[in-house]
Amino acid sequence: MTTATSRPVNEVLGVPPAAHRLRDTSFVLLLATLTSVALIVLAVLLIDTAIDGVPQLSLSFLTSFPSAFPAKAGIESAITGTLWLMGVVTFVIVPLGVASALYLEEFADGTRWWNRMIEVNIQNLAAVPSIVYGILGLAYIVRGPLSLGRTVLAGGLTLALVVLPVVIITGREALRAVPPSIKEGALALGATRWQAIWRQILPASIPGIATGVILSISRAIGETAPLILVGAATFVAFNPTGLDSPFTALPLQIFSWISQPNDEFRMLAAAAIIVLLVILVILNAVAIRLRNRYQQRW
Amino acid sequence: MSHDDPLSASTLRDVSDVDPASDPRDEPAAPAVPGQVPAVPAGQPHAPVPSVGHRDVIDDAIENPVFVTEKLCVSYGSSPAVLDVSLSVPEKQITAFIGPSGCGKSTIIRCFNRMNDLIPAARVEGTVRYHGVDLYGGDIDSVQVRKRIGMVFQKPNPFPKSIYDNIAFGPKVLGMKGSMDQIVEQALRRASLWDDVKDRLKDNAFGMSGGQQQRLCIARALATNPDVLLMDEPCSALDPISTGRIEDLMHELKETVSIVIVTHNMQQAARVSDRTAFFIVDMGSSEEARIGRLVEYGPTDRIFTNPHDIRTEEYVSGKFG
Repeated sequence: MTTATSRPVNEVLGVPPAAHRLRDTSFVLLLATLTSVALIVLAVLLIDTAIDGVPQLSLSFLTSFPSAFPAKAGIESAITGTLWLMGVVTFVIVPLGVASALYLEEFADGTRWWNRMIEVNIQNLAAVPSIVYGILGLAYIVRGPLSLGRTVLAGGLTLALVVLPVVIITGREALRAVPPSIKEGALALGATRWQAIWRQILPASIPGIATGVILSISRAIGETAPLILVGAATFVAFNPTGLDSPFTALPLQIFSWISQPNDEFRMLAAAAIIVLLVILVILNAVAIRLRNRYQQRW
Repeated sequence: MSHDDPLSASTLRDVSDVDPASDPRDEPAAPAVPGQVPAVPAGQPHAPVPSVGHRDVIDDAIENPVFVTEKLCVSYGSSPAVLDVSLSVPEKQITAFIGPSGCGKSTIIRCFNRMNDLIPAARVEGTVRYHGVDLYGGDIDSVQVRKRIGMVFQKPNPFPKSIYDNIAFGPKVLGMKGSMDQIVEQALRRASLWDDVKDRLKDNAFGMSGGQQQRLCIARALATNPDVLLMDEPCSALDPISTGRIEDLMHELKETVSIVIVTHNMQQAARVSDRTAFFIVDMGSSEEARIGRLVEYGPTDRIFTNPHDIRTEEYVSGKFG
């Protein structure tokens, strides 16, 4: 027996209270407003920079050295300096970060007080302002025990210290994302702990570790304060020739140009900001792609 | 005793087994465990009944057992999980551990390949003898133990790699000699998976169905030619058809390996196993005070048709659990 006539919805389910719908709608509106505030501020900044900077962008801008004349000035030494720094940072943070993450995640006995202390300290270090690392770098790397001087190596080591805690933390998360059943499976086959880690857990976590490393590098690229403290030069009319060479970097070049009284230099600073942003967007895109493509869904 | 084929076959083998020196006869490629053969006491295969706590638990002798546990107790931290388990696991047969959840059957099976070592708080007391060797003896390397005793887990856990690499991992870490292609093919054939996957050996194992993944894990365990296969609820995550295929597989495999299976599923124990051990959980005052115990152990047909213990009878007839 079927009834052809359907009863009105409100008769079956009851009348929804009007206040519910109103509250829902206003909550969504509030969230949208707050989100758009952040987005609008960002958009204004980007548009303002683009208006000033885009006309300055040219091949000669990318391939010229800084100059006292705005029309001749460029950022080649800043770009190469930044690339050198990236190289040093990568070279330092990958082995140190992965080894520390492996130790803390796989070997350290979390019930021991010193291991817990290391953990808490690493969490804290990740939040320490980068200028503090600059002071550290100045006292112990540029001068002091290492006495490397105001060189690419000193700058790179200082930046590596800034991002190392983040690399360790993301590395641990990547290792933890590999389910324990993978380790159990390897051990049950007669693998040693080292074989299980080296051949199964580490390869499975490489996409996550790489994502953390790339994001850390992109953070290091934007750092200015520690480089100012370790005394990177702001006017360098040559490319770095090696690890012991003086250098400048993109954020330093931007900082130096912005503090010039001449408006034309500020336009150049805007152009350099665009270059820096493009590099960061590319790095972040690579990181996201790596994560989406290779991350294992367990 | 029993009149089914596997048992009489094993009895025949037992006769030819009087010489304990012929120990690794079925695994020519398996690596020798140092100190294993000399440590087998000559009298062991003939010992009729190992000393047991519950006299009524074991009603017949097992000749040439693979595992003998004596008063095995496992505790996590300060709370005991399983108490006083004494049983013998026969060779080239399927032994099932059944019982309600929390009764410690998985804990016991994990003592057989020292997987409990991975849990820092776990403490094992009593003895587990493997062909007469005390697995928890001071000079035993747990890695050497696991080379001989394979394990399949509750949830299929293939490595996030190709099917081929999944199988090849064990033989590689063990340094097995010979053509890896051949080892992989043989292992897949033994797990009756070869025809399903021979054209996609390089594909990621995660693309397989759950049942195929579990058979891959079985093949992976077989690739190292283990002496024993431990299966910890291998079918609990699988559909009935995949479960049936794995049960068929177990019947084929017991020609060459001894199998211990933990299962929730009484019917499965009745279908596949030669011997069944029934565990129970003693409800304590709190969650932590739950203690697993072995209630009854014997030939599967007797456990299911003529259990000696009232608790076994109630469990197998479905009154609780």
